[in-house]
Amino acid sequence: MKSIYMDHSATTPVDPEVLNAMIPYYTDMFGNSSSIHSQGQKAHRAVEESREKVAALLGAKPTEIIFTSGGTEADNQAIISYMTHNRTKGNHIITSAIEHHAVLHTCEFMAKQGFELTVLPVNSYGEVEPDTLRQAIRPNTALVSIMHGNNEIGTIEPIKELATITHESGAIFHTDAVQTVGKIPVDVNDLGVDLLSASSHKLYGPKGVGCLYVRKGIRMGSFMHGGAHERNLRAGTVNVPGVVGFGKAAAMAMERLCSQEAPLAGLAKRLTDGIFAAIPNTRLTGHPDRRLPGSVSVCFDYVEGESILLMLDNYGIMASSGSACTSGSLDPSHVLLAIGLPHETAHGSLRITMGKDNTEEDVDYLLQVLPPIIKNLRAMSPLGK
Amino acid sequence: MQYSEKVMDHFMNPRNVGKVDNPSGVGEVGNPTCGDIMHIEIVVKDDKIEDIKFQTFGCAAAIATSSMVTEIVKGKTLEEAEKITNRTVAEALDGLPPVKMHCSNLAADALHEAIKSYRQGGAASASIEKGCCQTGPDSSCEKGMEIHLPK
Repeated sequence: MKSIYMDHSATTPVDPEVLNAMIPYYTDMFGNSSSIHSQGQKAHRAVEESREKVAALLGAKPTEIIFTSGGTEADNQAIISYMTHNRTKGNHIITSAIEHHAVLHTCEFMAKQGFELTVLPVNSYGEVEPDTLRQAIRPNTALVSIMHGNNEIGTIEPIKELATITHESGAIFHTDAVQTVGKIPVDVNDLGVDLLSASSHKLYGPKGVGCLYVRKGIRMGSFMHGGAHERNLRAGTVNVPGVVGFGKAAAMAMERLCSQEAPLAGLAKRLTDGIFAAIPNTRLTGHPDRRLPGSVSVCFDYVEGESILLMLDNYGIMASSGSACTSGSLDPSHVLLAIGLPHETAHGSLRITMGKDNTEEDVDYLLQVLPPIIKNLRAMSPLGK
Repeated sequence: MQYSEKVMDHFMNPRNVGKVDNPSGVGEVGNPTCGDIMHIEIVVKDDKIEDIKFQTFGCAAAIATSSMVTEIVKGKTLEEAEKITNRTVAEALDGLPPVKMHCSNLAADALHEAIKSYRQGGAASASIEKGCCQTGPDSSCEKGMEIHLPK
């Protein structure tokens, strides 16, 4: 049976070259990067070389990169460490309704600790409108955290504009760029962000490693407490093989950056056009143009997302959905509800996120398999009368 | 979350999908907001369920429980069919993941509604809103009520 992976926003496979770069740091060069001896020095050098590679991908200085255990930790650190260390700058946080839970739940946690929180609504494309942010800013706003690219609907937020508005008020700007780093050009200076979260496993690197970019001059407290690792900002023995893999993946992503966007956008267009031509009562979610390359997110009326996923899996196609049954809770995804979809529509969501190895043949196979699946499920549904 | 082989079988190859000619009773439960609606139609002859068909909007568990309940009660007397519970259906499928026990396991309720509509003398569709999003927050549901079936 075919096996076609189309869930790259969930995770990506580790590139074989990345894995090869990592292996020696489990075997011959296993040293603790904090150790003084030659084993430790080798590990230390590898970590610093990776830091340079990750920094280069983000247009940052190596000293501005803090390695973390992943995107979630970077988001937690950005919000918790910045706010708790800068109480004199204000206790108000602004975020958006479509953030990943790593940001949204962290902000809600902070609200329970006594910080003030504003969750901005989004328009029907899932964009935070600059005026909405402008109106929400208060004298005591210290941090605005808006994601760069949305994981579910693919919309890319107007970060540059939002960061400018934030800075005019004297607050600082964090973006969760987990979905965009490695997929589209992400330059911290061009975007004007102060804090940025990224994750290795979304760009063909290993899981369990990510980073937080902290602009020079931003003062933060330590997140994990312990040793003096990562300039005293993140205690814990550095995951050397993971960091090496992240560095290699970042360098490879940088080489691909110019050449991969157009083909992925082409595949997404081919798939979107094909779906709309073959399946009535379908709607695209997210912005039609300003979206992650290779991301197609749609809702099919009268059917439920989990059923679609299991049927697709039966044909060897792996995708994702924001329906209740796949969210692990009983409500459909907060993102789909935030863009104004009714519950019953949100239940019929399908997200296809393609990567560098997907082909036109993959898209055509999906287009051959998907319409009959939707047709059969609709025939079974009491709603599709 | 893992479905049993029986759930996957009934989901991939659902039995008795569709509508019957001249239904004796019709039942519908669920609510599109929660993402589960089950619609069951029965033909009753000599106090027995001679034919039964279903239509379901929902996840694999919702479809599999609907299919299973039709298979269990086809040919049974109304009295026997009334004894079937959602739990019986889940057991016949070798269990359901805990989070699915509450919301997606309403097929027996739909059957009972169909029988009730027959007993009330007509095929007029009895429709009730039942399930997690019923009216207001249902705390047992929000927590994902856990029911563990005997192996």
